[in-house]
Amino acid sequence: MNPFSEKKSILDSVNSLLRPMRKPAAGGEDKIYKCKGCGNKYTKAILRENHFVCPSCGHYGKLSARTRITTVADRKSFREFSRSMIGKNPLKFPGYEEKIRDAEKATGLKEAVITGTCTIDGEKAVICVMDSRFLMASMGTAVGEKITRACEYATKKKLPIVVFCASGGARMQEGILSLMQMAKTSAAFGKHGEAGLLFISVLTNPTTGGVTASFAGLGDVILAEPGALIGFAGPRVIEQTIGEKLPEGFQSSEFQLEHGFVDAIVKRENMKETIGKIINLHRKAKDY
Amino acid sequence: MKRVLTAGERVKLARSPQRPRAKEYIEAIFDDFIELAGDGAFGEDRSLVCGIGSYRGIPVTVIGQQKGRNFEENMLYRFGMPNPEGYRKAIRLMRQAEKFGRPVITFVDTPGAYPGKEAEERGQGMAIAKCIQVMSLLKVPTVTFFIGEGGSGGALAIATSDRRIMLENSIFSILSPEGFASILWHDADRWEEACDAMKLTAGDILELGACDEVIPEPEVMDETGRRILFKKVDRAIDRNLKELLKLSEKELLKGRYKKLRDMGKTDVRN
Repeated sequence: MNPFSEKKSILDSVNSLLRPMRKPAAGGEDKIYKCKGCGNKYTKAILRENHFVCPSCGHYGKLSARTRITTVADRKSFREFSRSMIGKNPLKFPGYEEKIRDAEKATGLKEAVITGTCTIDGEKAVICVMDSRFLMASMGTAVGEKITRACEYATKKKLPIVVFCASGGARMQEGILSLMQMAKTSAAFGKHGEAGLLFISVLTNPTTGGVTASFAGLGDVILAEPGALIGFAGPRVIEQTIGEKLPEGFQSSEFQLEHGFVDAIVKRENMKETIGKIINLHRKAKDY
Repeated sequence: MKRVLTAGERVKLARSPQRPRAKEYIEAIFDDFIELAGDGAFGEDRSLVCGIGSYRGIPVTVIGQQKGRNFEENMLYRFGMPNPEGYRKAIRLMRQAEKFGRPVITFVDTPGAYPGKEAEERGQGMAIAKCIQVMSLLKVPTVTFFIGEGGSGGALAIATSDRRIMLENSIFSILSPEGFASILWHDADRWEEACDAMKLTAGDILELGACDEVIPEPEVMDETGRRILFKKVDRAIDRNLKELLKLSEKELLKGRYKKLRDMGKTDVRN
């Protein structure tokens, strides 16, 4: 190990030991972030107020799964499932375990999805939120298993399920077992659907590959955030196949709405209220 | 004694134009096969052959990805890469199979679903998702044979079955080895190395638990070799259908779901 990274790792571990003893520095609310759309700079507090949408250009900033939950779930209603679940290295792929540990360090998450129950505008639901900071929220065994368990819980408790999708697709390092998670999750959502229960899929930037071709594309209601990239094949692969440049806005949320694959595009500020309303409108008439 | 082939050599074999194509298996194994076309909404996709036929007197639905042998055929069959309407046709015919209580036999041979502009405009991802889901919950027995390439979601769409059976030199992979090498190492030329790392040969897939059975292949794919191979596939259909047809609908669905549930192991770390 080189002496600098060694020093950094010692400092990091000292920091993580000291963290609980220090007063939280207002949650880093004064930290300055630069908008990826227009380059203007804002404090975290201002961005939070604006649901992490840039106040000047309207660019949708990336949300961590935990932050996403705070924007959708009612205060203190979230209860997490399988928080410590991790995958294995089924192909013994060189460097995979280190990659996972790095992602864990960078995000504070054990895997690329957080699952649990909460209420959304007073409506009880199971919720899964993918976090694209963790290996592009690619779907390995642990992601598939957490989502499947959450879905099975929803089926058992007769609850609606809401999934915030974001993913680069399958997890390369887990090979075929990653691909099989598409079948596993799709089957679980199928059983949830056969039980007459509601599944709302929310597509956020980016939703591609094996996740689009499994549960993300299977919602009874499919919502999308504005301007997200949504598709199966990546734009680069398509351009290579057809030998021409794709037009502006190809595979955007708006494109998917236009082509009939998304029910509605919902702004982040209205997401919670919209989901609450949709769940409410799926009560059985006999409960009237 | 047969020499053990490397993963890269098996990939080459899986793609070889000498291998029998889906239609040849269908012709050799089923009687009275009638091809049924179209998704009933947009169009017909020839790369996914669908139809009904008779297997030893039992009516069955057959679905197979068709590759060509020469340039013209490959243009017609889009190199075995289906468009969304192909998958929607498969969904339509799977639902019919369920309605009429027919088992479904599928043949996988595709580099992957077609990654084209129109395919995206017509919802490739969602068509595959639906096909996977419909097949995973189908109330009739389903048996899948991997006869060549089994690439990505485009293969899985017609392989979420009760029994996945792979021919010795077929592959089942998350994406093409070239794509894998180019994504992970930014170098598509390292595809042979990727073949090893990906664990995509029939033997590897069996070991990982993602298929149930591997059928040995004859060493030479001449007339005799083909005949032997068709016979082996025929016997495998017979054996598996007999087992599956004995099960009640509930047992069938439970068994299929349990197998999917067992895909991949997880751990806990605090």
